[in-house]
Order: sequence, then C-alpha cells, then structure tokens
Amino acid sequence: MEVEDAAGGLGAARVMGIETEYGITNPDRSGANPILMSSRLVQACRAWAGQSTTRWDYGGEDPLQDQRGMRRSRASATSDMLTDATEYDEAVQAVTLRRRRGSWEDPAHLNAVLANGARFYVDHAHPEYSGPEVSNARDAVLWDRAGDAIALAATVEYEREEDERVALYKNNVDGKGASYGTHENFLIRRDTDFDDVINHLTPHLVTRQIFAGAGRVGIGQRGEVAGFQMSQRADYMEAEVGLETTLRRPIINTRDEPHAERSKWRRLHVIIGDANCMDVPILLKTGTTALVLAAIEAADTRLGACELREPVGDVQRVSRDLTLRAPLELASGETATALQIQRALLEICRTYVASATDAYVITRWESVLDLLDRDIFSAAREVEWVAKLQLLGRMRSKYAPVDELGGVQEVPWDDARLAAADVQWSQLGTGLAARLERAGSFERVVSDEDVAAAMRTAPRDTRARLRGDMVAARPDLLDAAGWSSVVLDRETEHGDLEVVHLDDPLATTHALLDSLIGG
Amino acid sequence: MPQTHSSSQSHEDDVPDAPAAPTQVASTDALDDLLDEIDGSLQVNAEQFVRSFVQKGGE
Repeated sequence: MEVEDAAGGLGAARVMGIETEYGITNPDRSGANPILMSSRLVQACRAWAGQSTTRWDYGGEDPLQDQRGMRRSRASATSDMLTDATEYDEAVQAVTLRRRRGSWEDPAHLNAVLANGARFYVDHAHPEYSGPEVSNARDAVLWDRAGDAIALAATVEYEREEDERVALYKNNVDGKGASYGTHENFLIRRDTDFDDVINHLTPHLVTRQIFAGAGRVGIGQRGEVAGFQMSQRADYMEAEVGLETTLRRPIINTRDEPHAERSKWRRLHVIIGDANCMDVPILLKTGTTALVLAAIEAADTRLGACELREPVGDVQRVSRDLTLRAPLELASGETATALQIQRALLEICRTYVASATDAYVITRWESVLDLLDRDIFSAAREVEWVAKLQLLGRMRSKYAPVDELGGVQEVPWDDARLAAADVQWSQLGTGLAARLERAGSFERVVSDEDVAAAMRTAPRDTRARLRGDMVAARPDLLDAAGWSSVVLDRETEHGDLEVVHLDDPLATTHALLDSLIGG
Repeated sequence: MPQTHSSSQSHEDDVPDAPAAPTQVASTDALDDLLDEIDGSLQVNAEQFVRSFVQKGGE
C-alpha cells in the first residue's frame, strides 16, 4: 500500500483512534464500587475473548511529555497523569531483550489486549475501550462501534459470573459534576507548527459541536440551570491549551506521547468531544477533524479567517445556542455563527480530499450543515443532540400538565423524567438510542455484520493488524502488547523476553511476527 | 483491501452509499412506540434513577 507522499506525510491515510470511558452502575445497588465493577468487567471481557487476549505492555508510555517541548518533572505532575511505568526504551531496533517481571508487578487483571487490536481496561473508576489505530474515519466508526459491542458482550459474561447486574453508559457526565472522557487521537506530522494547530484547529473543535454533540439535559457542570444543550462536555472545557485531562480541561491538549517515531509524528489528543451513540457524528467528528488537520499541515492560509477571539467562552456559547444563530467574535473583529465557520472550513477542506472516505465525509458534512441550516429537526437521523432533543420534546408534550382553563404547559427541563431519559439514552444494549437505531430511526455508516467482524478482527492497514493477529493466532507466545510493542515470551537461549518494536503505525508486516502468525 | 487512493479519480471504489435525500425525520411511530415502552418505568422510577446515577470523574 502507499504509505507516504513525497513530503513524508501520511498520503491519504490519517492514523487515528478513539478511546471511550463508559459510565458503569449496578442497577440494583447504587453504592457499588465502580473500580471493582470495572475490574471485574475486564475479567469478563477476557472470558468473552477466550484465549485470544494478552496483557498490556506498560513499557514506553511517556505521558509527561508536553507538545510544546517541555517535559514535566514527575514531582509537578498530578497523580492522574502518572500512567507510565519505570522503563522507557528508546532503542529502535526491531527486537530488544527485557528481563522478566515479578508477578507482583503484573497489572494484568486491569487490562486486556484483544484480537481486534484494541485495549479494554480500567481507567480510574471506569471501564475504557481504546480502539485500534485506523487509517480513516469510516474505520474509526467501525472499531468504535465494535468497542460498544465488546463492552456489551463483557456485561453478559459479567452477569453470568458475578450473578449481579451491571449497566454501561456511553455518555460523559453524571449530572452531579463528574465527567469522563471520549478522546480522539490523530497522528500529525512533527514538523507542523504547533501554534498553527492551536490557532486553526480550535475554531473547528469549538464549532463542530453542532453536528458532533450528543445532547445534554442540564446546564453547568452540575446541571444547576435547567435546560438542554448540544454537548455533554462543553461545560468542562476551561482552558485553551494545556496538558491536563481531569482539571482545567483544555480545548487543545498538549500531551506529547506519539506511540510512534517521535522525530516524525505527534499524536494530537483531542479531549473536547462527546461519546456518540450514532454513526454519523462519529464519522464526522473524526473525518472533518482529519481534513482540517490536513489543511493545517499544508499551512493553508485561509484558516486564519476562522480564528476565534474567545474560544473557551465560545464552547459554551455554541453548545447552548440551539438556534445556531449566535454570533461568535473572530480574531479579525468580525463575527460569524458556528454554522458559517463550519461552512468556511468545509470549503477549505475540499482541497484536501485524498481518499474515498474523505469524499464521503465531505458529502455528509455538507448535507448535515444544510439540514441544520434549514430546520434542526430535519437532521434528527444524523445528529445526536437533535435526535435526543426530538425525543425529549415529545416527552415534554406528552407529560404536559393541563391547567383548569385547558392551557397546556410543557414539562420543565428540570423534570426528573427528562434527566432520566437523557442518561438512559446512552445505555449500551437497551438504551433509548440503541432502540431507536434498531427501529431504523438513524442513518448508519457501518453495518451490524461489519461491526460483529470488527469485534474479533483488527484493521488490515495499520500496525494494529500485527498486534491483533498475534493475539488471535499465537497468544501462547505473548507476554504483553502495547501500541508500539509486542512482547514475546518463548523458549530462547538468552531466557529473556523479546520486545518487537512497531514504531511505524502504518507498517502492516513484520518478518518475525508474520512468521509466528503463519498462514 | 484498498484503503488509500492517491488521485481523485478512484474515489468511487469503496465509497459507501451517498446520504439519502434530506428531511427524513425520525418516524413519529418509532418515537411514540419508544415513549409508550418506557412510560411505566419513567413515571415510577425517574427520580430515584437520576439520584443514584453517580459516577467518578475519569480520564
């Protein structure tokens, strides 16, 4: 396959991946320990996977590296950033040797690497699915939906093993102040000016909510004001740029942990997005962002016209404006609505269409903007906040009390039935979104058959193929696997573990691994 | 499986179906059916459900 264009870029491929933290509850016991439940869910996931799983390789993570070139000392990092282990292997040879760990070091019960190349694990107090690296937005949808199906399959195992119920929610807030993330990752060229990324990606991240938002009942981090807004995450974005993900969350996260050859790649970690239960928003949030990144890599001068004067405030301004008519102040001194900014970005991005999926994304992007512009409810098959608002609007009329004079007042937004439906919207399996999807109410981008296959098969066109196929074919030879490593544990004269380095995310073959995977 | 194309001529190869014509609003029937299904539990349990949905911060 063609991997790089003449400029050393990605050509038509854009390596990306989505991480989803699920809300977790025991429906019969509200105080149940979420860490314990998540840990048992990972065990259940491993049971679902049968033999086809391995541990996570903690060597090589470096979460304290900052995109802006600084490296934080461990002393100044908060504890939630410390996800790396003690070793950091900078060697780039194909195989290096590593001493065996003591079993006391093994966090295996909190991790499962799967045959589809994904990682299913416990992150803080949530189960998290980190999808495999994919090369395009359509595949991002496919392996994200596969993650939902895997998580749901794990709940079935869990309920059988534990003899108690468990429910998972693909949302980002609990309405009491807590938020948990759905993160997108995009590889970008290392030689891209990071100030350009900050200035030119920000307007897109702020305004793409109009088609990517999942909808939320309640305004403010604790839902202190009654109302409905487009985005689950908007009220939690408090800075323009920064390293944190759990406090003072930034629109642009600067963690610089490429999981790939550092001299060539940055991994842009996007934390502003909502978890989506519908296909089209997942396609658009990843696909449009990939195209804007292509424009930024090309230093397209047209992007400057979209720069915002107050992006942090605009995140909330856009999320709360269901009319889509609120003017945002541009750096130039003029104003534009979120829709107008999206239309400008769409026009710029037409220049950067390089694949069939890109062309599909452009078509969908334009059609969704047209629908939203005409009448938001005409976008209810594509846009999640609109679909949710339509259902909740129907509830507000259905439950509307009639007064003595025959007047009807819609149910107010702080009614518990609306808040309950907002949460139940996102429950995996039996949630309201899942039921509407089964009833044919949403546009699909991928088929259920393809999703079922993606639960057990990795993408063919990234290094996830090597990780996933090893897990599927020879889990007996694996000690662990990570994004950029596969650790072999086999009979050798040296007696050590062998670390196979996969620093190129687009390398789909490896002589040693392919010989082990076989036919 | 071809996933990448260098030129714009080959876009048709694996393009998923183009989006359907606009303005297909979710059918009234599907929404009403769903509301009827959840009506009972919402009327009885909504407040307690909302109160007990407590998560820890993540990320």
